Amino acid sequence: MSTQAASTAFSALLRRDLLLAYRRRAELLQPLAFLLVVTTLFPLGVGPSPQLLADIAPGVIWIAALLATVLSLDSLFRSDFEDGTLEQMVMSGQSLSLIALSRIVAHWLVAGLPIVLLSPLLAMWMNLPDQGLSILIESLIIGTPVLSLIGAIGGALTVSLKRGGQLLSLLVFPLYVPLLILATSAVSAAVVDLPYAGQLGLMFAGLITALTLAPFATAAALKLSLS
Amino acid sequence: MISISDLSFERYFERVFEPVSFDLAAGSLLLVTGSNGCGKTTLLRLLAGLLEPSEGKIHIQEPPLYAGHNPAIKDDLSVEENIRFWMRFMGTRKTDLGPALLQQVIDEIGLTPVAQQEGRTLSAGQRKRCSLARLLFCDEALWLLDEPYSNLDREGIEMLDRILRDHLESGGACIMTTHGSLRPEGFDLQECHLISGRDRYAEAAA
Repeated sequence: MSTQAASTAFSALLRRDLLLAYRRRAELLQPLAFLLVVTTLFPLGVGPSPQLLADIAPGVIWIAALLATVLSLDSLFRSDFEDGTLEQMVMSGQSLSLIALSRIVAHWLVAGLPIVLLSPLLAMWMNLPDQGLSILIESLIIGTPVLSLIGAIGGALTVSLKRGGQLLSLLVFPLYVPLLILATSAVSAAVVDLPYAGQLGLMFAGLITALTLAPFATAAALKLSLS
Repeated sequence: MISISDLSFERYFERVFEPVSFDLAAGSLLLVTGSNGCGKTTLLRLLAGLLEPSEGKIHIQEPPLYAGHNPAIKDDLSVEENIRFWMRFMGTRKTDLGPALLQQVIDEIGLTPVAQQEGRTLSAGQRKRCSLARLLFCDEALWLLDEPYSNLDREGIEMLDRILRDHLESGGACIMTTHGSLRPEGFDLQECHLISGRDRYAEAAA
């Protein structure tokens, strides 16, 4: 398979996914609305004390981001699996890892990127101090692609199950733990003017690892689910 | 083109169908017949490489084209968008023809009037036609068609026969399943009758 054919297939799939996302935009907004609702519930639940909210802000925003991502993961491969598209893609001779990567990129564009864009609003709601905001955004820019990459493995593993969504969240949440710890600790450190480069560096290393390995793992999981 | 010997597949330690062997040369058509549930689709999926055989060997020169029961059509995309996506994705030698080829394909499968309609509005027969569109732009020499006649009207059946005849005349080959009621007319064909693994045990017990 020539590189040109592969890149044509990659861009064709990416364009199709973005077009589909646009046609189903109501579906797309649900995880984002969920993100906003979860974040608003915290001040109501734990009390609106500004200091308390500022303390828990990094954790709350990141956990809400995790939940919103997991919500959208189940549909990552499901419709392609159910209508036979996935079968045809496997048969087409195109690299399955490349197909997986294209789906992951599309997922990040429609599910991860909006979280990054919404984060200043969330930070304001949670009274996050100004010096933490840019680090929160940076941590989300590095972290949300990892959420999509790791989540795709779970999505591919559970795609053949009728109700795979719950199992999917059980599978991926433990894998998100290191990311959550690093991200919230980076933001908390930045708020009190401590160095945070180490945490961000480790997150970046995680991103590179996930980017190099997850497409292959996802491809293998898809193969398993199809047979 | 393809030759298989003593091929069988086990599901839950039970053979789905009795071992089959056949050779298929270029230009020929093989009809796989058998009752519902005797493993016709399983056999095609084995040949397509979507399943691993439990026993036996498959010698195949190049990856085949497989058209299964699932039409691989997106409900939210129009007929034209669906076909255009598959043309780009499959990467055919004929891609250079571009929009002209797309129009030609849609004309040939008879979906011109609904080309701009969303996939969800199509009838079962129109869906089948749409999924058969890839026969017209793919380069694969061996076709694996799973019940290609189902849901098609008389005109659709004639269309498929025409496409198939062209393919066989240009040196292609095709393996097609049918449960018996609809068969390709006027073809010189080989036939392979599948026997369900369960039936044989029933016969032995009787």
